Amino acid sequence: MPRLESALVRLLGPQRVLTSPDALLAWECDGFTVHKSRPRAVVLPESTAEVQAVVRLLADAQVPFVPRGAGTCLSGGPTAGTTAVVLDLSRMRRVLRIETADLFAVVEPGVVNADLTAAVKHLGLHYAPDPSSQTVCTIGGNFAENSGGPHCFKYGMTQDHVLAALVVLPDGSLARLGSPAGSRLPGSVDLTALFCGSEGTFGIATEITVRLCRDQESVRTLLASFATMTAACRTVGDIVAAGLVPAALEILDQATIRAVEASVYRAGYPADAAAVLLVELDGPTAVVGEEAAEVRAAFARNGALRIEEATDPNERKRLWKGRKGAFGAMGRLNTDLYVLDGVVPRTRLEEALAGITAIGAKHGVLMTNVFHAGDGNLHPNISYDGRDAAATARTIAAGHEILQLCVDLGGSISGEHGIGTEKLDHVRMMYDAADLAVMAKVRAVWNPDDRCNPGKALPSRSACAESAKWPAMTARILRDEVRP
Amino acid sequence: MASSSESPSPYARTLDCVHCGLCLPYCPTHQVLGVEADSPRGRIYLMRALAEGRVQDPTAIRPFLDRCLDCRACETACPSGVKYGEILEDTKARLERDRPQRGLRAFLVRFLLWHVVARQRRLRVLFAVLRLLEITGLRWLATKLRVVPAAIAKLAPPVPPAIERSPLPTGEHHPPATVARRGERVALFTGCIMEPMFGRVHRATLQVLLANGFQVVVPAAQRCCGALLVHAGQPDRARELARANVRAFADVDVVLNNSAGCGCAMKEYGHLLGDADGAAFAAKCRDISEFLAERGLSTAPAECRARAAYDDPCHLCHGQGVRSQPRQLLAQVPGLELVAHDKPEDCCGSAGIYNLLQPELAGEIGRKKIESLARAGVDLVLTGNPGCMLQIDSHLRAAGHKVRVRHPIELLVPPQ
Ligand SMILES: Cc1cc2nc3c(=O)[nH]c(=O)nc-3n(C[C@H](O)[C@H](O)[C@H](O)COP(=O)(O)OP(=O)(O)OC[C@H]3O[C@@H](n4cnc5c(N)ncnc54)[C@H](O)[C@@H]3O)c2cc1C
Ligand code: SF4
Ligand code: SF4
Repeated sequence: MPRLESALVRLLGPQRVLTSPDALLAWECDGFTVHKSRPRAVVLPESTAEVQAVVRLLADAQVPFVPRGAGTCLSGGPTAGTTAVVLDLSRMRRVLRIETADLFAVVEPGVVNADLTAAVKHLGLHYAPDPSSQTVCTIGGNFAENSGGPHCFKYGMTQDHVLAALVVLPDGSLARLGSPAGSRLPGSVDLTALFCGSEGTFGIATEITVRLCRDQESVRTLLASFATMTAACRTVGDIVAAGLVPAALEILDQATIRAVEASVYRAGYPADAAAVLLVELDGPTAVVGEEAAEVRAAFARNGALRIEEATDPNERKRLWKGRKGAFGAMGRLNTDLYVLDGVVPRTRLEEALAGITAIGAKHGVLMTNVFHAGDGNLHPNISYDGRDAAATARTIAAGHEILQLCVDLGGSISGEHGIGTEKLDHVRMMYDAADLAVMAKVRAVWNPDDRCNPGKALPSRSACAESAKWPAMTARILRDEVRP
Repeated sequence: MASSSESPSPYARTLDCVHCGLCLPYCPTHQVLGVEADSPRGRIYLMRALAEGRVQDPTAIRPFLDRCLDCRACETACPSGVKYGEILEDTKARLERDRPQRGLRAFLVRFLLWHVVARQRRLRVLFAVLRLLEITGLRWLATKLRVVPAAIAKLAPPVPPAIERSPLPTGEHHPPATVARRGERVALFTGCIMEPMFGRVHRATLQVLLANGFQVVVPAAQRCCGALLVHAGQPDRARELARANVRAFADVDVVLNNSAGCGCAMKEYGHLLGDADGAAFAAKCRDISEFLAERGLSTAPAECRARAAYDDPCHLCHGQGVRSQPRQLLAQVPGLELVAHDKPEDCCGSAGIYNLLQPELAGEIGRKKIESLARAGVDLVLTGNPGCMLQIDSHLRAAGHKVRVRHPIELLVPPQ
């Protein structure tokens, strides 16, 4: 066994250091399965001290490393190059502190998003950001990706809910960011916010202090189906224009509805509708009642086919179930799934969806749409067979055009899934060399020798050859397979 | 694609997985170990890589597959409809065929499963011997001398006396004259371990069926269901047993099972045998609770004053989708207070002979189950699978809880 591996085993014991190349296959990719790469080793630390010790060993050996939570990322963030060691944080899953009066919790990074809410539920509290992967993904991963979710329309993204963090820097030293009281020095940089969304390239968060929210007095969930996608989008426009801020505004298109209804996550959505719109309202009972009436009026004005409302928790759960299981259910359509993530201004949703449909038709790919309509955050999904190189190339080409469309409409190439390796090529649609240079400088402050999750999030010439392979590969796929 | 029919190859089945991870929180081994390769997503990925010829040394991935309980909780959770059980069983069969596991332990397991468990008469002798060892104090001695690993010795329940182990009389059983007949004849499957450990469950099953007006046949030619062999990667031997069962139950329309594991395996004979006979047989199989809930009880059960929890056996809830039926029947027991406990669908760690093969992990999983039951403050636990009954009972005893474990059918027996 090489020196480094032996040292890791001495540190963590043989059970928590995986080096068998065959076993390591399991860590080859995240939810973005186009990009696969087998790491050199995987270690399973259980405390900040262990993370520090591992990172020091790696620093001494000048070996790159990649933090990983639950591996649900959709942009290749935790996929490690073949020379890198993965620090899988799944075992660091203790809730360390719950401050009921001051409304915050301190957790280890491997705590699963939904488990945190479960741990504070009896106190009438919850953790607000709720990615659809919330039963699986970790707070560490959420922090690194600045993840959002249906309820982020009203409550904000992860960034608005992380107060402080303890971070192991790439040289093994510890940095404390922010404070639970949220007091930031006047004029100083908010380092917690800076770290948030850094996609594992700034260091490893080993303790995260997050805001807890009080449960609202009343929650009402409404579902309306429409004969056209346009009608669904206009309803969203009407609701927002009326000055309402629903907790969530989600749309699923017909193909998505059908896949969901065929799965264990079936929620009873009408299969003949072109789109369903899920609206959740929360707040004081009286206010929510008034808002529900306004939402119903907007449904009616736009010719809703069927309206359903859930008031008790079980019914609510049922209506949400289909939305939460939507990505997985798409697995029924083909062997692989490419989940895209782009943003457009809400007022241009209709235009964007029409453009996406046209792009899908042009490339002959099977496209489904499910999205956070309130934020204009689109998730076009392409179902394809990853074993078919030409189909994969068409999928990537269609994705490329869709993101360009988002940018052209005044939006962006990512709402919440991050850049990872997936979008290294697309970053230049939005930023020029000078912009990228600023970002690279900021990263270099944290991660000067680029050993911490190298080759992610920023297209960089200095990245090691290994990580430069991926964009080169997409370029090749696009060149060879699509433009003959 | 999940939608394509006609029994796709195990490789094609692995392609149903889109790597979303929604199954992870439902997997008992991933919950305890926190290791990707010990999760459904990771295991499917490894099995796919194996099928693609990307695994250099299959023995390196074997431990991850061996640690899987085959509890199917991941199937319940999977939005993409992945048939995990089929992938696992086919992969294990392939591994066993290409490179059979060596060593004394593997040999013993193979020997016991085929030459003892699958032969009811030898199993009876084995239990008689075990009982004798117990009565003569030799079991105690064996434990002291550490002939038997302490972990197993501590958990192994006492063997019941001969009278409780006596087999059900084979052949036809008619409802008593006092009972209104339903005019339906059903067959009862008796399996392997249920008889020597829980003969009383078989007697209760027969009693309930007769009291409810059904004519019952216990075919003499029936054999073990073969589930343990399938799990151990030996489908050929399991097929031999399956064919014997298809023949033994040829003249009935309903085959009833009071063991969730056996019932699940027998409902999968279509896949195991890969022919129409297997599929037709599978279509006749019903869990006893499924059947009784469907037909309705015509004779009320005896009163039972207890605070009870119903715990779902994996192979009943995940394997057969039977969840409401046992609860619905138990709700008809006078005096019984049925309370909810946390995670009734989580595996208890029994999983066939898993608790013998992976005692540590099974112990950890079992302890979680007991904690959940203890929090519910019950004095009776109901579950419809012999393995689960043993596992839950031994863990309750080990933790010092005075809680009884019964099969739901035992509570449906009418007053004497
Ligand atoms: C079915 C499904 C639905 C999804 N729905 C949503 C959604 O609604 N909204 C949304 O925003 N995303 C969604 N995602 C994407 C994904 O769940 C999020 O990006 C999530 O935050 C990733 O968390 P994870 O624990 O899986 O992290 P991983 O995938 O393991 O890692 C993600 C990134 O974080 C880094 N990282 C992980 N832990 C740490 C740490 N402790 N310190 C520093 N860096 C770290 C990794 O290096 C990697 O770059 C979905 C994914 C799936 C599969
Ligand atoms: S839930 Fe299904 S599709 Fe998703 S990872 Fe698990 S097995 Fe694969
Ligand atoms: S069958 Fe059970 S133990 Fe095995 S992978 Fe699925 S959930 Fe995990």
